[in-house]
Amino acid sequence: MAIPAVEVRDASKRYGGVRALDGVSLAVEQGEFFALLGPNGAGKTTLISALGGLVRPDAGTLRVMGCDTVTEYGAARRLLGIVPQEIVFDPFFTVRETLELQSGYFGLRDNRAWIDEILERLSLAAKAGANMRALSGGMKRRVMLAQALVHRPPVLVLDEPTAGVDVELRQALWSFVRELNAAGHTIILTTHYLEEAQNLCSRIAMMKAGRIVALDSTRKLLEAFSERVLRVKLESGALPPGLAEGVSRDAAGWHCIPVGGAAQVEATLATLREAGARVAHLEVAEPELEEVFVRLMAADGRRAA
Amino acid sequence: MSGGFPALLRKEVLRFWKVGFQTVAAPVVSAILYLVIFSHALAAHVEAYPGVAYAQFLVPGLAMMAMLQNAFANASSSIIQSKITGNIVFILLAPIGPGEFFAAYLLAAIVRALVVGAGVVLAVAWLVPLPLPNPAWLLAFAFTGAGILGALGLLAGIWAEKFDELAAFQNFLVMPLTFLAGVFYSVESLPAFWRAASRLNPFYYAIDGFRYAFFGRSDVAPATSLAIASAAFCALSWLTLRLLRSGYKLRH
Repeated sequence: MAIPAVEVRDASKRYGGVRALDGVSLAVEQGEFFALLGPNGAGKTTLISALGGLVRPDAGTLRVMGCDTVTEYGAARRLLGIVPQEIVFDPFFTVRETLELQSGYFGLRDNRAWIDEILERLSLAAKAGANMRALSGGMKRRVMLAQALVHRPPVLVLDEPTAGVDVELRQALWSFVRELNAAGHTIILTTHYLEEAQNLCSRIAMMKAGRIVALDSTRKLLEAFSERVLRVKLESGALPPGLAEGVSRDAAGWHCIPVGGAAQVEATLATLREAGARVAHLEVAEPELEEVFVRLMAADGRRAA
Repeated sequence: MSGGFPALLRKEVLRFWKVGFQTVAAPVVSAILYLVIFSHALAAHVEAYPGVAYAQFLVPGLAMMAMLQNAFANASSSIIQSKITGNIVFILLAPIGPGEFFAAYLLAAIVRALVVGAGVVLAVAWLVPLPLPNPAWLLAFAFTGAGILGALGLLAGIWAEKFDELAAFQNFLVMPLTFLAGVFYSVESLPAFWRAASRLNPFYYAIDGFRYAFFGRSDVAPATSLAIASAAFCALSWLTLRLLRSGYKLRH
């Protein structure tokens, strides 16, 4: 079995009385597109920072491609690219200088060809000579992605890369990151846009209060924690009492009936017909990650940990 | 060694060079103003060393004072700006070890100090005769003095979390210690208490030894001064490296 791209074992970190990481363990395999979700303060950024050596764990080990982030920090950091959440830049330098210096920090002397390629791919070539201060927020964010890629790391971590980013840039960003993933890069992503995680990521970890409360493939999480909903609008008649359990009615008059699968949809419709209710409109809503998220966050954080 | 040292040094030197008007020209002008004002006001009253005019006496002290202050300013302001704006993350995410980090910031501080010091000396050399019989001592004290303050600047930059904390460090420690290190007078001319107090100030030895290079005269034997200044440099470097290794206030 190949070495995991990222392997975290029992990582803990306290800040005063707050447990930012409370015994986190997880493994991300090479080539995965992995999402790390959770509300603000769940510990996502602390976990990412510990991977990059910005935070020193109180206990536990973290490895990037098998290299310990504390005892083999040099090797571990060469294998990892992190795009921080906050937009930060050095106002003394141009875009190209920023990327040349960043290459130099990794001991890369002549990285011009690769820098040109990243600039091109991230539509920054025209701004290569511009001072960082002169760039828009979206461009600064792209420079930060470029900085994380100068040393061609096999593992790339994006901490809320699309927060406050316009739709066009978001699409461009995701198509680029998807390409990187297709080329073999392992991608770890935190985001508040759950549909992004649902669309992009094959596996998801959900964090709450410094713990992992769910860790599974996106498909299984959706199946386990969410259900399809049959939405019907009745022309005449009423819901039979046998169906009433768990059913809610929204403002527009739709009844939302939870159903397990296609077979239950049919059975439910049959029950309605037998009760003399006539269905005017009908739709089946697929499970959504947002629902999984809401349920897990509402539940006791310890259940799945 | 990660190989990141040259790039970090280059970044640190470029950082001050790009705003050279503020980081190099301004301190040179200040030193010249001090020289003009003090030599005019005090020339008739003070003769620190026989045969050395007061203006001559002032030049090495002012040059060294500018070097000390700029070495401190370079390292400390660079680190605290990077910490407060957050861009230090790009250095911390790179495989740059504590030794390389220290060496790059220190050397950049020394480079700025040497450029400023050379600027002061060259700017006044055509006004004030400077014999300079011992250029080797000049280099030794320039490097050591700038090294002490570069290391102290790193320490202050790492320790301070806000600009006002750094300003306090600068105004209540660095400024008094440089001004009271015998820039404007020979410490030998002070009352016994202040003479003894001055001898506890490591900056004094950097200035006194630097002056020896120019005139072949000093309060303390230059080898003794160099030994004490070097010891101060080593102690500060050891402490700073220890903090860097522990990740103090940088890696949380």
